[in-house]
Amino acid sequence: MLNPQLNVRGELQHLLSIEGLPRAILTQILDTAESFVGVTEREVKKVPLLRGKSVFNLFFEPSTRTRTTFEIAAKRLSADVINLNIAASSQTKGESLLDTVSNLSAMQADVFVVRHAASGAPYLIAGHVKPHEHVVNAGDGRHAHPTQGLLDLYTIRHYKKDFSALTVAIVGDILHSRVARSLIHGLTTLGVPEVRVIGPQTLLPTGVESMGVKVFHDMKRGLAGADVIVMLRLQNERMRGALLPSAQEFNKHYGLSAEKLSLAAADAIVMHPGPMNRGVEIDSGVADGPHSVILPQVTFGIAVRMAVMSIIAGNG
Amino acid sequence: MSIPPHTLPDAEALCVQLAAELTPHLKPGAAMIGLYTGGAWLAERLHPLLGLDTPLGLMDIAFYRDDYHKQGLHHDPKRTRIGFEVEGRDILLVDDVLYTGRTVRAAMNELFDYGRPASISLVVLADRGGRELPICARFCGARIEVPEGRRLRLKKDADGRLALEMADA
Repeated sequence: MLNPQLNVRGELQHLLSIEGLPRAILTQILDTAESFVGVTEREVKKVPLLRGKSVFNLFFEPSTRTRTTFEIAAKRLSADVINLNIAASSQTKGESLLDTVSNLSAMQADVFVVRHAASGAPYLIAGHVKPHEHVVNAGDGRHAHPTQGLLDLYTIRHYKKDFSALTVAIVGDILHSRVARSLIHGLTTLGVPEVRVIGPQTLLPTGVESMGVKVFHDMKRGLAGADVIVMLRLQNERMRGALLPSAQEFNKHYGLSAEKLSLAAADAIVMHPGPMNRGVEIDSGVADGPHSVILPQVTFGIAVRMAVMSIIAGNG
Repeated sequence: MSIPPHTLPDAEALCVQLAAELTPHLKPGAAMIGLYTGGAWLAERLHPLLGLDTPLGLMDIAFYRDDYHKQGLHHDPKRTRIGFEVEGRDILLVDDVLYTGRTVRAAMNELFDYGRPASISLVVLADRGGRELPICARFCGARIEVPEGRRLRLKKDADGRLALEMADA
């Protein structure tokens, strides 16, 4: 089947999902991001690659961190950035998604960064845009959040150097997490031998084992010897119906405390995509502690998004 | 003197010759930056021969290329590492082969994002002509004619020895 993310030469045209991307492209993005980290440490943090190009941030769902880091990344590539808070404009007036995109395309867009509550919305847009326009998925429903997955992969590679002997534990609300899905695909593609998911039955998607992960319901067993711990946010806004007794109950069983962390490898790193619910999925002492790499994740996220946008915008 | 393509000079000997040419012109506090990949190899040779006390800088111009809109981003760009203050410093910019001048232009653009150098001198192992921009080398190991459809490049073998090589463009 034709991969809608790749052009006829097999190069990255849109970034819609980590699923289905070859290892070579994931590695290319991570290597390129590493060079951009060097740029972000300079006094002049800009390079001229996207001069004269326009990046439209289309956020149909609220976001502060992701939208801001995409904006910073695009500006550091010298692009012009236009932020649209769609929830507050056209859609409420009844304009369709594709009409919105067509109008922006008529304003000479080059890259669309799209966040939408509906899974698949970025695919719809990617199938609709002109050949020189590119789409980056910044999170669609429960489906995928590829740049978050990539920045998690970057962070893991930065601290652990090599994927080939790692045990990675992803903890919490896997069911509603597009971050978890993207990360799992990335980890298995890059050859991580053991990916564990830890959570209550009600917050794990059915058939999650088919993604190549080991399932644990007991967090203490699941954390044993883990090199990397990825805590997920308990997504209150996506919860429909009573999947959990209470946040306190969740914290007791699946919150990351210093005591539970001590079961992991001595040099384990703790990650979280943010925003954190302190005292729910992660205790403050851990979030601010020596194993935490949560803030470096944010910094690396800018370089990873620079890499993605400069690679796709250069491919036709 | 122009050297015909079938007798390529010995790159290792050219390195030594270049270092000798450069030495009388070195300014105090001067620093060297090699351009990936061939220029970095050459700079790694010249840097110890000149005894510079600033660390060797290495630059990949992938983010400054003027053909990005046609060619896209180069695969696997290396990280530029400049471990000294560029502002006010005399810079020796080192590349293996000087051709159109576009790489050097990109390198100067990148360099100015680190600061305003006092001067930039271009050092190349070989000049093959064919300039498209008003750029010339201050120190040049050899001038070499390159036939149409061929390109000249620097190679490094398993033992670390440098050699000039003619290949298909």
